[in-house]
Amino acid sequence: MADKTAAPTPDAALPDLETGLRIYRTMVECRQFEVRAQELFFEGLVRGTTHLGVGQEAVAAGFAAAINDDDYTFCTYRGHNHTLARGVPMAPIFAELFGRSTGLLGGKGGSMHLTSVEHGVMGSYAIVGAHLPIALGAAWSAQYRESGQVALCFFGDGTTNIGAFHEALNLAVVWKAPVVFVCENNQYMEYTPIGAVTAVARPAADRAPAYGLESIVVDGNDADAVYETAMRAVARARAGEGPSLIEALTYRHGGHSRADPGKYRPDDEVKAWLAKDPIPRFRTALLGRGATDAQLDAIVEETRAKVAAAEEEARNAPEPTPEVLETQVFADGGAAWRN
Amino acid sequence: MAELTYRAALAEGIAREMDRDPSVVLLGEDVGAAGGVFKLTEGLFDRFGPRRVVDTPISEQAIVGAAMGAAMTGLRPVAELMFSDFFAVTWDMVINQIAKSRYMTDGQVRVPLVLHTANGPGLRFGAQHSQSVESWLMAIPGLKVVAPSNPADMVGLMVAAIRDDDPVIVCASKGLLPTKGDVPDGEHALPLGQAAVLREGTDCTLVALAAMVPRAVDAAERLQADHGISAEVLDLRTLIPLDARAVLASVAKTARLFTVEENPRVLGWGAEIVSLVADEGFWSLDAPIVRITAPHIPIPSAAALEDATIPSVDRIVDTVRTTLEASR
Repeated sequence: MADKTAAPTPDAALPDLETGLRIYRTMVECRQFEVRAQELFFEGLVRGTTHLGVGQEAVAAGFAAAINDDDYTFCTYRGHNHTLARGVPMAPIFAELFGRSTGLLGGKGGSMHLTSVEHGVMGSYAIVGAHLPIALGAAWSAQYRESGQVALCFFGDGTTNIGAFHEALNLAVVWKAPVVFVCENNQYMEYTPIGAVTAVARPAADRAPAYGLESIVVDGNDADAVYETAMRAVARARAGEGPSLIEALTYRHGGHSRADPGKYRPDDEVKAWLAKDPIPRFRTALLGRGATDAQLDAIVEETRAKVAAAEEEARNAPEPTPEVLETQVFADGGAAWRN
Repeated sequence: MAELTYRAALAEGIAREMDRDPSVVLLGEDVGAAGGVFKLTEGLFDRFGPRRVVDTPISEQAIVGAAMGAAMTGLRPVAELMFSDFFAVTWDMVINQIAKSRYMTDGQVRVPLVLHTANGPGLRFGAQHSQSVESWLMAIPGLKVVAPSNPADMVGLMVAAIRDDDPVIVCASKGLLPTKGDVPDGEHALPLGQAAVLREGTDCTLVALAAMVPRAVDAAERLQADHGISAEVLDLRTLIPLDARAVLASVAKTARLFTVEENPRVLGWGAEIVSLVADEGFWSLDAPIVRITAPHIPIPSAAALEDATIPSVDRIVDTVRTTLEASR
């Protein structure tokens, strides 16, 4: 049974300036990357679909700053932010979105499946709920191998109503697995307000007590609060005290996917959340902590150049050729199902 | 050499690899202290302890998903699905996640796991606990599918499946669980994708799998004794990878092909065998190809009805005899 009265661990605190600047840079990179990706969609360069996390960057950046390089992260099809936040270079991500041979997945996965095992990005999962049990398995493996690694699993509010969510939470607590489940509650499951289809007000936090876990709600647009909450949950997991379930309240500035203008959302609601944009908020916080405008402007400008260079590199990359079609189905590198 | 039941052979295969490789772990419903509902894992909990032999709740998505996550991160998990019908409960994990993650990530992710399951009819359990699901599984690119017909093959294929770097489904036939056979001591791993000629023949080829293999062998013996028909019996042993060459070589010799399948008719594994021979062995044939299958129905529970559903030795003999007579 999880300890519901666990005190915050002493190392849970606001990020120091250096960490804060790193979080800020990550948020700016995510924002600029995704805004550009959306523009390139309308140019016809990005095909298929994309699901943007514009407005939700503080969750990805805050958690990424609270973990070690060898920890595991699992995310959803809304996974650009979580992939960038682990330090995966931009050019292969753009190239994957453009369907180029230099793509992060060689053009075989696309926007919804970004993965970089060498960065601990263990996949972006496009079937709602699937990656909760999988992240649990990675945490179980870390526990078994006594590696000290922690698995983070990010998902949306809609996930809290699918069976795999409940199966994974139950078993994670039974196993005391080093996994942190993070619900990014952006208020909408696809096009429907989450409250309209959920039995409780807080789709994740209100379910936590059913699994003997503390109800944790954090302002997901406040990078400081996210970081602090992340540090506490990660420390708990690493100390062998078991899993956590965190509900981060946030908002996507756009629609569910590129096909959705998000018109079903009341204007007042959108306006109120835009005023809580995590990036200007955190900028203000950092300025109050000794950062300078020049420092922060430099991050914005450096990122602009970085995004432009990555886009250029990806644009110039060739499309994949049919020779790779029948590769990497099986571990021998091929696709042979018969002799 | 030791005589084991098919049931005990499954545990023996896992035990041999758990002994050899500390990254092998086992999880599933009742697999620990209880030794499994079908006693497929008996003795493993006592031998390897609760850290490596893990009882789970009734949560098939969590069982299979956790096995995948562990396989992605350095372990070689073996997960039991109590009944193969339960694949339907965890289909997303199996076909969308486990089977595809290697391809979608261009080889970054590997999923070296084994899912073993009690498969097929014969115990009067009715339509939701008697299905033969190997044909569902073989249709998914990225999965390997094994269905042993005897204890020695069960050990050899289980060992190979655990060592394999791809996800492998091991279908254990419920109807074969109490059957016995000799199992070699020491190193015994069979390559995945190698069929076995169990009985040589010249007049026709019977291609069979798992529980249909002993029936095909019995039928072949009766065809020889009662009708002077020399039937070759090929045990596929694995569906993916498929030993296509063995099928084509046998048909080249006998010119007549029958498949013996316990699955419902439509798109059973035999349909793929027929397609293969039609494409690549057509000019060898002297008679129409005949698939001997269950009707396209759910499996009924009453003994008389279930027995009438699954190809019997009588039905195999009659079908082969009449087909050969008509083609002479």
